[in-house]
Amino acid sequence: MNPDSRKAPITVNNLNMRYQYKPVLTDVSFEIPEGKTIAIVGPNGAGKSTLLKGIMGLEPLIEGEVKFFGEPLTKKRLATAYVPQREEIDWDFPIDVMDVVLMGRHGQLKLWQRPSKLDYEIAEQALKDLQMWDFKDRQISQLSGGQQQRVFLARALAQQASLYLMDEPFAGVDVATEKAIIELFKNLKAQGKTIVCVHHDLNTVGEYFDWIIFINARLVAAGPVETVLTKENLNKTYGGRLSLLNDLTETMYRTRLNQAHEND
Amino acid sequence: MINDLWILATASLVAVSCALVGSFLILRRQSLVGDAISHSVLLGIVIAFLATDSRSLPVMLGGAVMIGLLTAWLSDSLHKFGKLQSDASIGIVFTLFFALGVILISLYAGQVDLDQECVLYGEIAFVPFDTIVWGNPETGVDLGPRALWAIGIVFLIVLISILIGFNRLQTVAFHPSLAVSLGINVVFWHYFLMTLVSLTTVASFDAVGAILVVALLVIPASSAYLIAKSLKGMLWLASAYGLASVMIGYAVSYKLDSSISASIAVSAGGLLLATVLALEIRKRKRRLQPNRPVGI
Repeated sequence: MNPDSRKAPITVNNLNMRYQYKPVLTDVSFEIPEGKTIAIVGPNGAGKSTLLKGIMGLEPLIEGEVKFFGEPLTKKRLATAYVPQREEIDWDFPIDVMDVVLMGRHGQLKLWQRPSKLDYEIAEQALKDLQMWDFKDRQISQLSGGQQQRVFLARALAQQASLYLMDEPFAGVDVATEKAIIELFKNLKAQGKTIVCVHHDLNTVGEYFDWIIFINARLVAAGPVETVLTKENLNKTYGGRLSLLNDLTETMYRTRLNQAHEND
Repeated sequence: MINDLWILATASLVAVSCALVGSFLILRRQSLVGDAISHSVLLGIVIAFLATDSRSLPVMLGGAVMIGLLTAWLSDSLHKFGKLQSDASIGIVFTLFFALGVILISLYAGQVDLDQECVLYGEIAFVPFDTIVWGNPETGVDLGPRALWAIGIVFLIVLISILIGFNRLQTVAFHPSLAVSLGINVVFWHYFLMTLVSLTTVASFDAVGAILVVALLVIPASSAYLIAKSLKGMLWLASAYGLASVMIGYAVSYKLDSSISASIAVSAGGLLLATVLALEIRKRKRRLQPNRPVGI
């Protein structure tokens, strides 16, 4: 049996992170199961994206450690695929869809190697899985928000990882893309792969995910949806009405952002 | 006539090298760093000359790379640890280095075969007269202008580096975090690019000087950025814009009997302006056409 399957895909121990001098995350520890979809949920500024970046080694940890299948990240880099938040991507960059997806293969290639026929086939399949094959020659700025998201999911898919870390994949996407993502989750889960997403929408979290990690500067709760999606945990995470209001405004902002994108 | 050819060949190689390196600077939003390095390498050249008493190519390139990397590292550190804004820290470091270079030149003016005018503005018209001679200076074989050799070698280094490192450079420029997540050493590639910038600027010095080399680093690459659909396309387009600027600039300077390098820079600016206008006109035209298929 694969030794990986005995260890949790991610183990976080006493993770502490700061932004300049302001603590963002304090003493976060959890372990996630393999082959599940896991949502990181919390109000704005709770440190959800920061947690994901800390796990991926993209932002420095003040304290604590993260293990991937029981090993440090450096040994599991390529087994871990990252999908950044859509707003963090330079959509005007002169690059077409196929080249973005092929980036998922570059980690496996040596410096002087060019993508092989097999790499192209993997990229092609990834694009087809997300119904984006027809757009392979488009520059990424000429896509709608949902299509852009699917390109980045295809890139992650082409990496053929065992663990997928996604920063708000559902934020501001159209219905077709939302369906495509759900379909992708199903397929990945069927292959025993693990998906961790920062997620914003409390209405869908129970439907799309098996597991929830509630975060608000500290860990509030982590566990299967059935046991942790409770009024008590929601109250603890979101506090008073003020944060719920913030949440609502951000949802509205994101929707508008997406509409603006689809109109141009 | 042969002199015109030497000048055109040198200027073309300068333009293409700058365009290739400049494209990556533009995409990484680091054109100011290019500006900084192009100025501070002066200090590197002077120090290298004073230390070794030699004007040979490896010495000049070595000195320039050293100071170029130091500029990049120091401005980064000032930003991170000194809590200064990143553009302010770049401005502080390169002006300081450049001023130090100018002081050293004026102090040792007798010994240093560099004068301030030439360093600032370059004089490409003199390129054909400073040649490399193989063997005895009187009887040896004339191998052609020094400046052409310098930029020729640097052009090859730049070209080979980009050919080999294309995928890595592309990923790092596109999304540094994504590059990190793929296990790419982003810091290494940053300083690698800075090395290429240092090499390119120092080899372009004789031809266009410290000020105008910035024009060739930034303008052709920016024009290409406006229309390119892929990174490969952008590199080709930037090179074409650079070459076109050289040809037009040379013709203009011939007509007006003016500075060649300044005319080249002005032509590059003119081509950028023309590109912006053409894109704007195309956009208006499209808007006027009713019933056009809406892009998905």
